[in-house]
Amino acid sequence: MAKANEIKYLTAIKQEKPKKKFCRFKKYRIKYIDYKDVEFLKKFINEQGKILPRRLTGNSLKYQRKVSDAIKKARQMALLPFVTDLLK
Amino acid sequence: MSNYELMVIFTPVLSEEEFKAAQKKYADYITEHGGSITHSNPWGLKSLAYPVQKKTTGIYWVLEYSAPSSFNEKFKVQMLRDEHIMRHMITVLDKYAVEYNAKKRSGVPTGTEKAVI
Repeated sequence: MAKANEIKYLTAIKQEKPKKKFCRFKKYRIKYIDYKDVEFLKKFINEQGKILPRRLTGNSLKYQRKVSDAIKKARQMALLPFVTDLLK
Repeated sequence: MSNYELMVIFTPVLSEEEFKAAQKKYADYITEHGGSITHSNPWGLKSLAYPVQKKTTGIYWVLEYSAPSSFNEKFKVQMLRDEHIMRHMITVLDKYAVEYNAKKRSGVPTGTEKAVI
């Protein structure tokens, strides 16, 4: 058995860590998410108009809930589509 | 008394005068029943994200008001009876929302601009 420091790789392993995600609402102290601000809400939906998961956006649960509420309100008032293709 | 925000989509067949008359009608209805109007913002004709009642455009109107909590049920009935209204929605505004709307109205940055990545 080779020791850990003796193992040699053909390609160098990436040493830098992936950038840590953060909740932009906490960082910038945004307390209210406006359902009328469509351009802002579009950052949290994909091209089909689906809400992006927290895994991708990095939002905290509290604000992800508010974002999803705002998006659903905007959909009801026909500001955002329920289903679509090639949004943005 | 709490703060509310109303968003209405009128049918696009409404003329400018009829739209103004409808705004006045509902604004008066609120004040008659012990509420008060904070701000009225007619967006005007806007295309919808999907067709509603086979129409692709609608006239938007956003109204901020404060009223007693028992008022909204009566108000909703009035709006449902109106043929000119395609959709309406009443949102309760918390203190942060009131602050946000006031900032947005006066043109002060609301803080959401920074969050754009």
